Amino acid sequence: MTFEYVIKDSLGIHARPAGLVVAEAKKYQSSVTIEAKGKKADAKRIFAVMSLGVKCGDTVVVTCEGADSESALAGMKAVIESNL
Amino acid sequence: MTEYVGKSVFEGIAIGRLKIVKHDEAAASVEKGTPAEEKQKFYAAREKAVAALNALYDQALSSVGEAEAEIFSMHAMMTEDGDLEDAVLAKIDAGESAAQAAEEAGFELSQTFIRIDDEYMKARAVDVIDVSKRLSGYILGKEEQAIELKEPCILASSDFTPSDVVKLDKSKVLGFVTTFGSDNSHTAILARTLALPSVVNIRDSIDLPFDAKMCIVDGFTGKVLVDPDPKTLSEYEEKKKETDAARARRQALIGRKSETEDGREIHIYCNIGGAEDVKAVLANDGEGVGLFRSEFLYLENDDYPSEQMQYEEYSRAAKMLGGKLLVIRTMDIGADKQASYFHLPHEENPAMGLRSVRICFKKPDIMYTQLRAIYRASADGNVAAMVPMIIGVNEVRWVRKVAEKVRADLAKEGIAFNAGMQIGIMIETPAAAIIADELAKEADFFSIGSNDLTQYTLAADRQNQELADIIDTHHKAVLRLISYAADCAHKEGKWIGVCGELARDLGLTEFFVACGIDELSVSPPYVLPLREKICSLSANKADKDTFIK
Repeated sequence: MTFEYVIKDSLGIHARPAGLVVAEAKKYQSSVTIEAKGKKADAKRIFAVMSLGVKCGDTVVVTCEGADSESALAGMKAVIESNL
Repeated sequence: MTEYVGKSVFEGIAIGRLKIVKHDEAAASVEKGTPAEEKQKFYAAREKAVAALNALYDQALSSVGEAEAEIFSMHAMMTEDGDLEDAVLAKIDAGESAAQAAEEAGFELSQTFIRIDDEYMKARAVDVIDVSKRLSGYILGKEEQAIELKEPCILASSDFTPSDVVKLDKSKVLGFVTTFGSDNSHTAILARTLALPSVVNIRDSIDLPFDAKMCIVDGFTGKVLVDPDPKTLSEYEEKKKETDAARARRQALIGRKSETEDGREIHIYCNIGGAEDVKAVLANDGEGVGLFRSEFLYLENDDYPSEQMQYEEYSRAAKMLGGKLLVIRTMDIGADKQASYFHLPHEENPAMGLRSVRICFKKPDIMYTQLRAIYRASADGNVAAMVPMIIGVNEVRWVRKVAEKVRADLAKEGIAFNAGMQIGIMIETPAAAIIADELAKEADFFSIGSNDLTQYTLAADRQNQELADIIDTHHKAVLRLISYAADCAHKEGKWIGVCGELARDLGLTEFFVACGIDELSVSPPYVLPLREKICSLSANKADKDTFIK
């Protein structure tokens, strides 16, 4: 399951929202990945997420795979939409 | 006396004894156990480090606020990060001690941040180092030490980590000096929050022999003077007295009108480079935004910014300003501001070439999209548009035509906008100033772009250091053009502002008052000094002839 989102925060995925994204991803059993600009990162790993270097206007694709992928997707969507 | 020069992050003068802060270089030479034992040490240390970070979070929450405190929850997360863990375990398997492995893994991760093409992310390398140092410290059984301050002093270090910063007794810090670091470093952010004169990135190390020596931090010039001679010291003490008194005086002007003794009000607006800067506008009591530079939307992206993206940024600024005027300048790309996807031809003389609105004449979509975004934002606040680099009446009419189409389309689509939104122009070419009488009939307002107007009028490149001492920034030719443009604007009942560097030149405030300039737009820190100046003048006595005759 995936969803796409265009980053609106003027700083991009900087430290604070990266932390929120990782904290949310960690709540789920499913694997959660974020893809941007041709690079892929495990959303449960903060260094990986931050070093994607996602900026305002970039499109990210979030993929959730596993038993609770549905709720994981909903959770990620909510966190990303309200913080980025 | 030893002198250093770096980047000032907060203006002002600090004078006091230096305190050199050394970060303990971890000597990872304790006994090394088997890989399994070392891994256990790592996990035990990690647990302690996370607990310590949670305690720091609580401490920061009560002493510096939530924004700074969140750094520590981020650090806790970094400490527990899977990539760091993997790297440490691999190094232990390869025969390293846990402490060594943690430091090296942290260093390697910090390097990936340094390579990210983004100033903010580069500055995060220090967070990673902080995290790994804490880990190795706990592995080696070191206690985390706060920086002890007995008397108020100026702190110097390679760079301060967030945990140094939060544990400081802030009542005893006069200023910061760092070898590295940027505008985005934790030191810089804290210096601005606490209003402490500070200089970062002096690219030289102030070392232990200088500990407890007298030091001067000049936050106006970025100079740091260690062990100053008595003459310099007394000069700076005098200057500090003056600047401290001036700051107190200016703070008292917050909330007051910028009005001459005889009651002529001049609005002081601000020049900003993004919605984020509105905070500084409000903090300095700016009465609006006279110049919102929209270039960053174009420079920070790999393609033309979409209408939606632009709209969101403009709308955010408009809402933050809560009814105060927001003048958005349409994109001023070209000359010294280049974005690759514009595919601009190489030019021999780019300052006089294909730039800003001239690009739009060739690619009208750019203007259409930007005006749509600005019109949409006009429904969310008090918004105006302003077009740069105008030289002729036809150009203004062309922009008005595009605006007309935008309004018709938005109305058709049922999207909200302010149909009466003002569209003004910049007067930054001698041509525009000379035909200001005709342009005043077409534009809703003028704004003098004094930087370009000066360079075009005097045929002198403003970036050329060789010319700096030859060029008279108060040249009569430029001032006469401004005076004429003001007369033309007023004849048509339009308002006129100044948004270039001349606006904050206190030596010209009287001239602007005499010309009847309605608005001056400056960067946020200059609002209050300028207000102070205006309040000290009399509009009736202001004489422009002394400037232009």
